[in-house]
Amino acid sequence: MYGQGIAKGLWITFKHLVNTYVDDIRYAGRKYVSQDNFQVRQGPKSQGAYTVQYPDEKIAVPERFRFVPFRVDSDYDDPERPGQDWCTSCGICAKVCPPQCIWIVRGQDPNTGRPVPQPEAFFIDIDICMNCGYCAEFCPFDAIKMDHDYELASYDRTSRHIYDKPKLSKELRYWKTIAPTRAVEEMEARGGWDHKDVQKEKAKAEKAAAAQKAAPAAPVQTNGGAASPAAPAAEAPAADDAEKIKAERLAKREAALARKRARDAEENGGA
Amino acid sequence: MAIAVPQTTELDISQTIDWLKQKYPDAVHDDTRQGFGGVVVDKSMLVEVAQAIRDDLGFDYLSSATAVDYLGISDHMEMVYHAYRTTGGPALVFKAQTDREKAEIPSLVDVWLGADFQEREAYDLYGIQFSGHPNLKRILLWDGFNGYPMRKDWQEAYFEQEHKPFDSRWPGGWVHRAEEKNVYGKNVRYPDDIDLARLSDTSEATLYSGLGLGVDVQELESDGLQTDRLVVNLGPHHPSTHGVFRMIVSLNGETIETLEPVMGYLHRNHEKIGERNSFLHNIPFTDRLDYLSSMGNNFGYVLAVEQLLAQGARYQPPTYRAEVIRVLMAELTRIVNHLWSLGFLLNDLGAFFTPMLYANNEREKILDFFEATAGSRLMCNYMRFGGVFADLPERIHSVANLVNDKVRDYNTMEYLAQMITERLPRFLEEYGRLLVGNEILRERTINVGVLPHDLAIALSTCGPLLRGSGVAYDVRRADPYSIYPELDFDIPVGVNGDIYDRFMVRFQEIHESLRILKQLLPRLEQTKGEEVVTKVGHTPRVPVGEAYGRVENPKGELGFYVVSEGDEKGPQNPWRYHVRAPSFINLTALGPMCRGYKVADVVTVLGSIDIVLGETDR
Repeated sequence: MYGQGIAKGLWITFKHLVNTYVDDIRYAGRKYVSQDNFQVRQGPKSQGAYTVQYPDEKIAVPERFRFVPFRVDSDYDDPERPGQDWCTSCGICAKVCPPQCIWIVRGQDPNTGRPVPQPEAFFIDIDICMNCGYCAEFCPFDAIKMDHDYELASYDRTSRHIYDKPKLSKELRYWKTIAPTRAVEEMEARGGWDHKDVQKEKAKAEKAAAAQKAAPAAPVQTNGGAASPAAPAAEAPAADDAEKIKAERLAKREAALARKRARDAEENGGA
Repeated sequence: MAIAVPQTTELDISQTIDWLKQKYPDAVHDDTRQGFGGVVVDKSMLVEVAQAIRDDLGFDYLSSATAVDYLGISDHMEMVYHAYRTTGGPALVFKAQTDREKAEIPSLVDVWLGADFQEREAYDLYGIQFSGHPNLKRILLWDGFNGYPMRKDWQEAYFEQEHKPFDSRWPGGWVHRAEEKNVYGKNVRYPDDIDLARLSDTSEATLYSGLGLGVDVQELESDGLQTDRLVVNLGPHHPSTHGVFRMIVSLNGETIETLEPVMGYLHRNHEKIGERNSFLHNIPFTDRLDYLSSMGNNFGYVLAVEQLLAQGARYQPPTYRAEVIRVLMAELTRIVNHLWSLGFLLNDLGAFFTPMLYANNEREKILDFFEATAGSRLMCNYMRFGGVFADLPERIHSVANLVNDKVRDYNTMEYLAQMITERLPRFLEEYGRLLVGNEILRERTINVGVLPHDLAIALSTCGPLLRGSGVAYDVRRADPYSIYPELDFDIPVGVNGDIYDRFMVRFQEIHESLRILKQLLPRLEQTKGEEVVTKVGHTPRVPVGEAYGRVENPKGELGFYVVSEGDEKGPQNPWRYHVRAPSFINLTALGPMCRGYKVADVVTVLGSIDIVLGETDR
């Protein structure tokens, strides 16, 4: 019969319409008011129309979600290396960046002029960034990660969309919160929560300590052992300058915390 | 007893080449360059040889025709053609070379109609004159454009360096904005002898001339009814064009006489960008072609580069699990794309938003899965040379980060299984009841926009458009890649080649994709824990040579022609990176398909081709 197909189709749309309200009754209130309302509405049993009331509600993004990257610093209250910049300015992120939106100034020792593994400056033009995630994928030091914050709109693109080092830097703690599973995976691959280089240093120090322990047991055979001059050299400053190092560390920590406070204040002020 | 001589249409590729060399000893030679294949045909004999390739050898389908500029290597330009048999099998690659300064090659439009747009593109971007082409004018750029941008010696505005990565980024990378450099003309170079007349666009006049623009009432039909021939512009800014696309239609009453598609409004010279990029850089750029099926685009490109990499030492092919995941993503992408295109076809027919939103509801679920796996819903950037970016996550898990975040947490495999075995089949069943029997839909689509099957092949159409016309040609079966040979699925085809058949082909393709996906689920379980990426690194040195990687994308055959040339150690940047875009080439059929139908059908015919302008305009 002509028109049967239309009638059938209309019946389906009608059912969809009715189901929206049937669901309201079925979940009496739970669909909108309670804490797990979102789960109910999006759940597999729920029927009918369903919307997310952005910006009053937002669907949290999964761990691997990628948006404009940020740089990883050690926590600002880290007991050993507060606010340590994980970046070694090796430049791989700038090389693999498809739209070339990363600019890095490699740090230099002011006395010797030789490069040091710290960037002097670091910029990302977020207008150019295409959120591909290569920088995070290929960074050998886990020092750059893709962020989850997608609300980056501002009123002036010409002055605010080039992010510099302070604006890009976030604590390792933040990465642990937004991507807990991946942070742990990466930690296991590195061998600890510290920076890769720190791990290496630690391993070296442990080796040296072990060698030192072993040294008195064995009688000294030669004068020119590789370990023997290094070991006392490492020991001496440790004993003498313990106070000094502690003070330095405290100062660094204060500075890092101050930077964070200043930035927070600026952000709050700006908003 | 006579020895059975194989039919010339059944010869394999090396026999075919021998046959050609025997028949045309002066005109056909092997391409002996390292890493290159196929034959080089003398351009004076090109049309004749092409005729033989089509008629005697049975290569009735011209997949791709594109130009390459070998400036600095052998200082010539060449056209590269990839011809296939619609019965299946690998490509016959043949090339025609020409001088750079006076570039001229005979047109093959008379042999394969599908060469039309592709030759116009080569003319537009490379400046090769195709003698014998009926409508040789720019297609992507405007008529006043100065120069041929794909030539190696052409440099774009804001040109910084021949290849990425740029030296200004590291180690002394003080930031600058490209647009700051453009203090009106500082970094934009106009030639000294610039002809200001070029700045006034004459393309409009060219387009309209010959279309009968005018208000004179003329007698157009034999029954003596006086009507006016009317020229109507559809688009470029119109929702029915699915982007920024324009059709110039000349009408006799309500009946279409001619239709001329105008494109290029979204042109960004994707291929030039691709040649500045390194091989790895291109993967996220391919996402931006057909932005509804980015996984499929990644797939095609990595297949092309892997073909090249496989010629060098120390290359390991992707593991089995990586292949399974790739196919999983490709088939999910097909569903995503077809849901979208079915919904929008109904939108074009006037069934506003209900069918589209129902389809999108399911599409969202797949995109959620993409987001959790690849990190992005549309711009997935998921495939890598030698595998994929990362394994499927254990859980589709999110953490509250912004204010008012609503958190979700599912087991990935359960989510996938539930979606594939329950949710999508249930939806399809309902969607079928909603639409397939609908009388309005049938009246509007059956016997409208008919494309007969021989014309469909000649016009190089692909995908559901070709299969809707009754040609069972699917790259997954005809020229299989990845793990498709071991999977069980059918190729749906239409009978009449009208809009309804294309609609039904897409509908059934979703069913077939689900069938494939159901076969993939146990394979995913079996291969759990296997590596998904073999280490190729971020700057692979790609062996010198050429490769054509093609996949059956939801919209049709997507091909990437990649040439690696120059550096003997293996270049880090493609010398040529060409995209054989299904949306673009399918538009060749738009004019012939619309002729004789009513103006209201144009929108539906266009909707049934299913184009994406990101890919058409590149």
